[in-house]
Amino acid sequence: MGAERLCRVDELSGVAMTSPDPMKKKHKGLPLVSGGLVSMICECPPYRWAASRCYRWGLQGRSLTVMVPYLWLVLLFLAPFLIVVKISFSEIRIAIPPYAPLFEMIDGLYVQLNLHMANYQRLFHDDLYMHAYLSSLRIAVVSTVLTLLVGYPIAYGMARAPKSWRLPLLMLVILPFWTSFLIRVYAWIGILKTEGFLNMFLLWTGVIDEPLVILHTNIAVYIGIVYSYLPFMILPLYSSLEKMDHSLLEAAADLGCPPHKAFWKVTFPLSRPGIIAGCFLVFIPAVGEFVIPDLLGGSSTLMIGKTLWSEFFNNRDWPLASAAAVILLLLLVVPIVWFQRFQSNRSQLGE
Amino acid sequence: MIEANSQEHTVFAPWNEADKEPFVRIENVTKKFGNFVAIDNISLNIFEREFYALLGPSGCGKTTLLRMLAGFEIPTSGRIIIDGEDMSKVPPHKRPVNMMFQSYALFPHMTVEQNIAFGLKQDHLPKAEIADQVERMINLVKLNAFAKRKPEQLSGGQRQRVALARSLAKNPKMLLLDEPLGALDKKLREETQFELMNIQEKLGITFVIVTHDQEEAMTVSSRIAVMDSGTVAQVAPPAEIYEFPNSRKVADFIGDVNIFEGRVADVQADSAQILINASDVPVRTGRSVEAALGETVWVAVRPEKMIVSLNPPKNMTENVLKGEVWDIGYLGKLSVYHVRLQDKRMVTVAMTNRYRETEHTITWEDSVYVSWAPNASVVLMS
Repeated sequence: MGAERLCRVDELSGVAMTSPDPMKKKHKGLPLVSGGLVSMICECPPYRWAASRCYRWGLQGRSLTVMVPYLWLVLLFLAPFLIVVKISFSEIRIAIPPYAPLFEMIDGLYVQLNLHMANYQRLFHDDLYMHAYLSSLRIAVVSTVLTLLVGYPIAYGMARAPKSWRLPLLMLVILPFWTSFLIRVYAWIGILKTEGFLNMFLLWTGVIDEPLVILHTNIAVYIGIVYSYLPFMILPLYSSLEKMDHSLLEAAADLGCPPHKAFWKVTFPLSRPGIIAGCFLVFIPAVGEFVIPDLLGGSSTLMIGKTLWSEFFNNRDWPLASAAAVILLLLLVVPIVWFQRFQSNRSQLGE
Repeated sequence: MIEANSQEHTVFAPWNEADKEPFVRIENVTKKFGNFVAIDNISLNIFEREFYALLGPSGCGKTTLLRMLAGFEIPTSGRIIIDGEDMSKVPPHKRPVNMMFQSYALFPHMTVEQNIAFGLKQDHLPKAEIADQVERMINLVKLNAFAKRKPEQLSGGQRQRVALARSLAKNPKMLLLDEPLGALDKKLREETQFELMNIQEKLGITFVIVTHDQEEAMTVSSRIAVMDSGTVAQVAPPAEIYEFPNSRKVADFIGDVNIFEGRVADVQADSAQILINASDVPVRTGRSVEAALGETVWVAVRPEKMIVSLNPPKNMTENVLKGEVWDIGYLGKLSVYHVRLQDKRMVTVAMTNRYRETEHTITWEDSVYVSWAPNASVVLMS
């Protein structure tokens, strides 16, 4: 009681505390485990200084823990994004950096804000960009669906495999990551080109008489995206299928539901979180993908990622490229936020 | 009063009726998992409207047997006939039985109503009929206030009720219950036992329950099959299992028992005398035994059928053991005495505390006599 009061008085007066007694009391506010090493760290001056500061600002273990991800997002996502937004509103200039500043001093008296809207205007008026956006969305949607179709049976098979097989199978799914992404996409050129392995094999078996033209078409892009992003689909699907209680399927069978119907009525709905997570993990990077369309796609393959790349590096038009990136982000974020709201409303209704 | 007495009271015992056709016939069923024999050549008959318990320690094969009735396991050999139909080739979703799972296996993405309706929807019944039956089931298990909830929003006891309602919704000919009360606390378990019995009586459905809890099996069932490492040790109504176990295993598994090894010394028409190794005083039984003189047998006596006294019981030359009180366990309504015989063997005696503790005269290290009536001793041949 006495110590508590002492503590409170000190907080009010705001005097930095050096006496060991109230300090010890202070540590109670932090979730510390008393133990050899921990107490050693707790006793060292920098820690005590930091802890007392944090405590005075009302920061305790919980809020500190919550702060870490926020800090991460602000520093590594929000700040760069704001810089990109800033660039998107400026004018192109042949200089370093290649854009005009947003704020300009005039006569040493006024600060002029130069909001240059022309980049956005061009994006909406030039058909090229709109086509690139739509074509990216279409390619991303199609390849996400294809990845789901390919990934679901694999994840299902893995989840139903004997326990001792599951870890090796999981390793096999992750194994391609050990090789460079670029090399793997390059390898597909060797497989898909006119005199590539696929055509040679099909000609040899006699399935086709003339080699198929796959490379430098959208089909090659689909193949490349499905191949590259398959693990991102399989892993969340596997984790949601694997934790499903097998007795649920027995219960369904017991209640008169044949196995193929039980799949659609029980397994599939219960794997929904995995499907959603997997689709997001594939769809979002696929929309902005530029390596795969660049290497496997043809001249007719239009994707916003590739367009962005050429604006940035070939035309050195940073403002326009930034505007394109901002629109791309909005295109992705808005539906996702809407979807999440819809999801949380649904789960609240269920209660 | 007189009228009530004059009414003939028929006992439910279809297994004693010679011409009665069993509802389920398990014929020479063996189940192997690799080299492990889970079920070893079991044959059982279960009759209509029975509450049949499969009782045994974990790993005795009782759940495997139940899962074979549901169709989740296929017998390695032998066959199972339910309601006159051979079930060997019938998959689980076409069997006229329903099962209540130990884990309840409720569909987490469906509400209570949807869970109960699931089985009915598989039969493509009209919507109104499904709704009626679901409501009837919800009333039966008293879950009206929770119909729209998901399983995760229910307590363990409520989930158990949903599982029961779901498995009963299709009016199965037989309900299989796999440790249905295992996850409930003791008080709720006892309440639910009586509720299960009421529901079974009300609906007239054959129940087969798997349990490792002998008290539960004794309370609910019409007959108990005591199982041990893939075989059936004894099938009988609860009282018979308890009073007349057919082997040391059954006697030991069901309740507490004192077992004495001995040799047959005398066989009469209505009694027998056994010389036991533990004492010079012979043991008299209330029934004759089918054993040759000198054959090794075991005498089982339940603790509550024995009496501990400080003075030698009057006029008794048999069924008396001398010993020393080693331990006393006071349980309120009864006291359990561990009496050490002269050859250091322990005998457990349970006596109701009919008098107040203050008048208790038996205490530690007292020399006492343990005695019992001849009809309390059961002779076991194995």
